[in-house]
Amino acid sequence: MTIFVIQILNSFFYAAVLFLIAAGLSLIYGVMRIVNLAHGALYALGAYVSAWIVGSAVGHALEGTLGLAGMLLLLPLGAIAIAAVGALIEPTLLRPLYQRSEEYHLLVTFGLLLILEDVMKLVFGRTPLSAGTIMDRMGSIPVGRLMYPTYNLFVVAVGIAAAIGLWAFIYRTKFGVILRATSQDRRMAAALGINVSRVYVQAFAIGCFMAGLGGAVVVPAQAAVLGLGIEVLILAFVVVVIGGLGSLQGALVGAVIVSFVRTAGIQFFPEIELAVLYLIAAAVLLVRPTGLFGRA
Amino acid sequence: MTMTMAATGTSIWRTTIDSALVLVILAILPQVVDPYQTVLLTYGLIMAIAALGFNLLLGYTGLLSFGHSAYFGAGAYLVAFITRDLGAHSMELCIVGGMLGTLIIAAIFGFVCVRHTRIFFGILTLALSQVLWSLAFKFFWVTGGTDGIRVPYASLTLLGGLVDFKGGGSFQRFIYAYYYYVLALFAVSTTIMWVIAHSPFGKALQAIRDNETRARFVGISVRRYRWIAFMISGIFTGLAGILWVPLNGLTTPDILYWPFSGEIVFMSVLGGFRSFTGPIVGAMAFNYLKTYAIASTEYWQLLLGVVLVILVMALPAGIVGTAAQLAAKRGRSTK
Repeated sequence: MTIFVIQILNSFFYAAVLFLIAAGLSLIYGVMRIVNLAHGALYALGAYVSAWIVGSAVGHALEGTLGLAGMLLLLPLGAIAIAAVGALIEPTLLRPLYQRSEEYHLLVTFGLLLILEDVMKLVFGRTPLSAGTIMDRMGSIPVGRLMYPTYNLFVVAVGIAAAIGLWAFIYRTKFGVILRATSQDRRMAAALGINVSRVYVQAFAIGCFMAGLGGAVVVPAQAAVLGLGIEVLILAFVVVVIGGLGSLQGALVGAVIVSFVRTAGIQFFPEIELAVLYLIAAAVLLVRPTGLFGRA
Repeated sequence: MTMTMAATGTSIWRTTIDSALVLVILAILPQVVDPYQTVLLTYGLIMAIAALGFNLLLGYTGLLSFGHSAYFGAGAYLVAFITRDLGAHSMELCIVGGMLGTLIIAAIFGFVCVRHTRIFFGILTLALSQVLWSLAFKFFWVTGGTDGIRVPYASLTLLGGLVDFKGGGSFQRFIYAYYYYVLALFAVSTTIMWVIAHSPFGKALQAIRDNETRARFVGISVRRYRWIAFMISGIFTGLAGILWVPLNGLTTPDILYWPFSGEIVFMSVLGGFRSFTGPIVGAMAFNYLKTYAIASTEYWQLLLGVVLVILVMALPAGIVGTAAQLAAKRGRSTK
């Protein structure tokens, strides 16, 4: 029974991280119809930058003065850095391509993925970076007869907060209205006086922020290694395909489904755990190409 | 959109003479260059077959597959299974078995994928190729996991046992014999693909690419044509995987992983996917580019990524397309 509870908690932990990544991917697709193959690399970059920031803070003996709360507050800096990278990428690499067919979108983001993978190798080296101090300092809480790391619960809370925050942002603010209007009809939005280029930069930066945040929250639990983003991208694809490309609710439900299937898979059918996920994605695309929550 | 898919205006004789000339040069090259260059050329020709197959979908049918690693990898693993588990030595047997197997996989995957177009098609091909990757990755007692399966060239024979590679100096003999073997298959594949692309079937595919609705009104069964194109494309890429294994000596899950599909797309765009010869030129060029990038810097992916981004931004027509544009411009200015 205890194991069962822990597996459920683990699933929610994965779901929170996957949701952060998939929501960014989905937002970018929803607004500018670009499938960002570099999204996983941006997630990995977020993990590296956050681990590096926390690592240097600890290294400079700031740990004593910082305290746990201070270190937790350092983590989002990585996400902000990724948002800045995104705000740089959109106008330079993506904006010239909106008029061209989507093959070119995939190619340019694939090129970006190759570049980012090596930039990470160049800047952070081959040794894995981790911010495990945070996880250690948070301790663990008893679940039945076993102990469970408190940090994982914190990540679940971040995931829930991000979901609520993003929902409120998109459906309850003026910027959200502008974002949705641009997403539905770019030309009409431009005709109404909306600065579409600026909306695109902002949307892309927010999407990148989400990916970076995903990396930032995962790095205290799991070290940043090379190639981290390549596998995660495909999982994020599975999430948005199940939930529906461009749908926020879809990303949430998809992330939960994928995490639970994965946890069950690792427990009961480890050999075909990944294959089952890809097959689910293929089946959903076949039966309902717009996903569970997508619109045509 | 103006597109010159074939040598329009020039006669079929001109094309034949040009290709014969290229073949003669390719046949002489190993006598002139050193064995290492011969190996590189062989890899280039093999990748050209893969890109040629891939481009039947992208260039002619307008479907961007991001999962062609599946067919390349399937071909490679089938050869490994045939030599290891069936104890076969004949390369021809490997080719026939591998192509049949790839055809079955392409038929199943294609049947599913052609129900969609554009981005959904791309994601579907990607997801299905990753099913194969995860199976090769996880069932290590069958596939060797990340270690892969070794396929030693010495255990193979070419031309039904006429050519074998036992005894001293066999690697040198293998390199030369295998180069001509691959060159012959490359010539046959290119000819077949040229005929397909210029047949009524190929024209129908182009009609589907340019305007699906009109093609349907003309009476073309769009989904069936796409499915057939998908299978042909898969077999060609599978053949490339089959030929690649003995040269590489080893097959690992890397060639089933989705970044490898990205490389196949990269090659076709590098050469120019709007022309028949583009993917061939692109595959050869990419092969050299990657080899020298890996040899000269640890950060070769960075280099390749920058090349790809520049290509998409500045030269979307690729090498062949840009050369054609330049030639056309010069032709106008001299008139």
